[in-house]
Amino acid sequence: MKISSLEDDLFKILAAVIAASAAVILIVTGYTLFNGALPVLQRFGTYFFTGTQWNPNATPLYPEIYGALPYLLGTLVTAAIALLIGVPISLGIAIFLVEMSPRGLRVPVSYLIELLAAVPSVIYGLWGLFVFRFWISDYVETPLHTYLGWFPAFRGTPFGLDFLTAGIILAIMIIPTVSSISREVIRAVPNSIREGAYSIGATKWEVIRNWVLSYGRSGIFGAVILGLGRAVGETMAVTMLIGNASGSAAMPTSLFKPGQTMSSLIANGFLESSPGTLLYSAYISVGLLLLLLSLLINVIAQVMVTRIFKVKGGAVE
Amino acid sequence: MNRKIAIAIIAIVIVVVGVFAYLYLSPTMTLVGSGATFPYPLLSVMISHYAQETNVHVTYDSVGSGGGIAALESKIVDFAASDAPLGATDMAKAPGSLHIPETIGAVTIAYNVPGIPTGLNLTGKAIADIFAGNVTMWNDAEIQNLNPNTTLPAKNIVTVHRSDGSGTTFIFTGYLSASSPAWNNSVGQGKSVNWPSPPGSTSLGAIGNNLVAQDVNNTQYTIGYVELAYALQNGFTVAAIQNPSGNWIMPSLSTIQLAVQSAAASTGLPAGNASWANVNLLNAHDPQAYPIVSFTYLLVYQELNVTSGMTHDRAEALVKFLWWVVHDGQQYSPGLEYVKLPANVVQTDEATIQSITFNRQHLPTS
Amino acid sequence: MTSYTYRKFKNRLFFVLCLGCVIIAVVPLVSILFEVIARGAPQLSLQFLTQPPQPPSLPGQPAGGIGPAIQGTLILIVLTSLIGIPIGVMSGVFLAEYGNNKYAAVTRTINDVLTEFPSIVVGITVFLAVVLSLGHFSPIAGAVALSFILIPIVARTTEESLKLVPNSTREASLALGVRRWRTIVSVVLPEAGSGLVTGSLLAVARIAGETAPLIMTILGSQYFFQGFNQPMDALPLRIWRDVTSPYPSQIAQGWGAALVLILVVLSLNIGVRVATARRSNGAHARLGEIRK
Repeated sequence: MKISSLEDDLFKILAAVIAASAAVILIVTGYTLFNGALPVLQRFGTYFFTGTQWNPNATPLYPEIYGALPYLLGTLVTAAIALLIGVPISLGIAIFLVEMSPRGLRVPVSYLIELLAAVPSVIYGLWGLFVFRFWISDYVETPLHTYLGWFPAFRGTPFGLDFLTAGIILAIMIIPTVSSISREVIRAVPNSIREGAYSIGATKWEVIRNWVLSYGRSGIFGAVILGLGRAVGETMAVTMLIGNASGSAAMPTSLFKPGQTMSSLIANGFLESSPGTLLYSAYISVGLLLLLLSLLINVIAQVMVTRIFKVKGGAVE
Repeated sequence: MNRKIAIAIIAIVIVVVGVFAYLYLSPTMTLVGSGATFPYPLLSVMISHYAQETNVHVTYDSVGSGGGIAALESKIVDFAASDAPLGATDMAKAPGSLHIPETIGAVTIAYNVPGIPTGLNLTGKAIADIFAGNVTMWNDAEIQNLNPNTTLPAKNIVTVHRSDGSGTTFIFTGYLSASSPAWNNSVGQGKSVNWPSPPGSTSLGAIGNNLVAQDVNNTQYTIGYVELAYALQNGFTVAAIQNPSGNWIMPSLSTIQLAVQSAAASTGLPAGNASWANVNLLNAHDPQAYPIVSFTYLLVYQELNVTSGMTHDRAEALVKFLWWVVHDGQQYSPGLEYVKLPANVVQTDEATIQSITFNRQHLPTS
Repeated sequence: MTSYTYRKFKNRLFFVLCLGCVIIAVVPLVSILFEVIARGAPQLSLQFLTQPPQPPSLPGQPAGGIGPAIQGTLILIVLTSLIGIPIGVMSGVFLAEYGNNKYAAVTRTINDVLTEFPSIVVGITVFLAVVLSLGHFSPIAGAVALSFILIPIVARTTEESLKLVPNSTREASLALGVRRWRTIVSVVLPEAGSGLVTGSLLAVARIAGETAPLIMTILGSQYFFQGFNQPMDALPLRIWRDVTSPYPSQIAQGWGAALVLILVVLSLNIGVRVATARRSNGAHARLGEIRK
């Protein structure tokens, strides 16, 4: 008796070919960007990755030159702020939902947190531009500057469109991702661990801190990396709130400075550059750099998270 | 459950297809242009009236002069708009392109300093020093000396510049280059420049005249450069700039008009298909002329068959539209604080528009 | 204070902190919804939803509406779904049903990575690959860009939903003599139906709000759909263009558009929640249908 038939084989091949779409998307993206980036990479070499000048307009004193370091640092700094603020809050939410929340609150609260993920980025930017930046400027930045202005990170008159505001918005945006995965991780900790700890008289806080969190350490780390990936790739909200500085002025030397990330730089200027110019290729190169960074972070995250347990992708996005 | 979902989805698809099929099938001629934010307030009104008169829909996307020029070079738009004339590299990438000045505007220096009313005196050199980050406080001696009767606050200046490829930046940096040799050598003139930021200075980048205006409006102690229409229509406080005759001039329709008359009279205009890179209306001679004035151009190809998707009908519609813009369309300028094209410019434009061909056939202009 | 009291105090403090985290996270959500509703609701009217926008520099003129943007978003949703959902579902089928090999493992990882792709990178790629080749901005380019984002999400959610279908169902069907591919199509897929629909709807909600890929592919327009070789408007684009304007009437319009977009996205999300609250479980009934 035949186990599989021609139809079955054809179907399997069809499915396999269509599944290759993912690889196709990845390869097309990589190839297109690499191709477009070549002129600048060949011309400036390592300066592109280590230099800070971004000069599209050659003058007698300064030649045309493109260095993407400020933007790479800008992306990393805003992402770091996002993690510093967002991860503790996400953990707090995850712990609350798994360990402390009354049964009835669990679904409504987790749903509210997921709604944060549903809000489109441009609306975060809109709200940030008209509401949130004034909160941050008035209630966070001005006091910090007044009392702690000597500290390098708080130098410069704050007016709300800077690294800090962009970083805080990113923190809000990664909370749903990091908290939902952390929730799964914490839930997956076997109850026997908890019971063992309670049985020797530990308080809830002690159980969580010393047993649960350390058991779920790598899973939570994976969740953090995933949140980092999200923060790195974010475009619209950041573009509207980061202040859009360029060149060496975009180096993140203070939280209250206007800055620029790789994605906001491209959103600002790509369409304005003429195809075939070095500036055009420079923007594509920044895109390539962003792609590589994002790939690196996400591959690490995938390896960490799926190693612990299966994650339901998409639905928790 | 499956069936209901399937029905719902099919219903939605039918509705959407029906909606856009209905609108798609109604016959309208469409033209696509992109470019400068500088003339957007005027162009959008012109386009709206033109659509009412002729049923030709012009889509104009104000992405900035750089974006318009890039789109023109990629031949993905029917026309582009730019405040910056094409430089040598761009002319080479868009061979056979024509410059058609469609209006004249001014770059104002807007600021937001509580307590300081409109009309702060500034010279070109002072502005260059501020934007170069050499003057960082509002009560710096250089500014205070120009304004002996005003008390300036001891606050940091936040400059706002365009972060996209901008013709307004081109005009503004051209003026700064003419006013300050230091600026000319270090930063120069361009649609995108490397904005200096020495330690102690702060500069915000904004996309489009729009956002520069918004940032100045929303943030105190800022100073930025915006096109006149944006400033006047939103009631900004603007600086009075010292012109070559030594007078402090506020930007207004009359002072811009004087600039156009005195500048256009003394310099001959090139033909539409020549380089306009040396045409500028900066620092005009008239004693009451505002110094930072510029043409803004519509750019098209002389032979239209190079543009993607062009047909004979669309080419004809484009030519008629351009003709209308430099004639009947000009009536909308004064109400929006733009200056009507003087007669000699209109004449040059007429010759340029009449030279446009499609498949080497000339096209009627009305 | 005894050591135990101190520990109890820390415990209480910890509880308060965690609760505080929840509140801190909910405050922005509440504020966003409040602001969007407060500033956007006054704009809503039938005219607002169906008319094209008017130039803001005409004093005294009504600001018009966002009709083209709503139409554009709907068109993009339809086009993207037409392209992306079949591809995504088939990819998910492959991963779930034939997925125990190296090729599938690699594809799975690539899909997961693609879900976190920076959307601006997708925008540049599709601009370079599609817009420049076609020679014009186009809704097709926009749909392709959004599909890049949609396909990986749908593929993974489809795979997860299919994996939830117990193997006994498949085996029962095969034992009855139904071919493997028919089993997948007529038994397993319908059984996982609600999961598929959930995943697809959530993916659609996600792409409805994407802006960056659209800036470089459909450009934006003040007119209704004019053809596949013309620029088009869409809600996220309209918001982006409107709110970066100094004209109060345009900014107000932007808030109105934001309200419409949030309503679309939230109703998709809530609809999905309501639907999954009632799961059907008719594996054996399904088999019965096929046998007839």
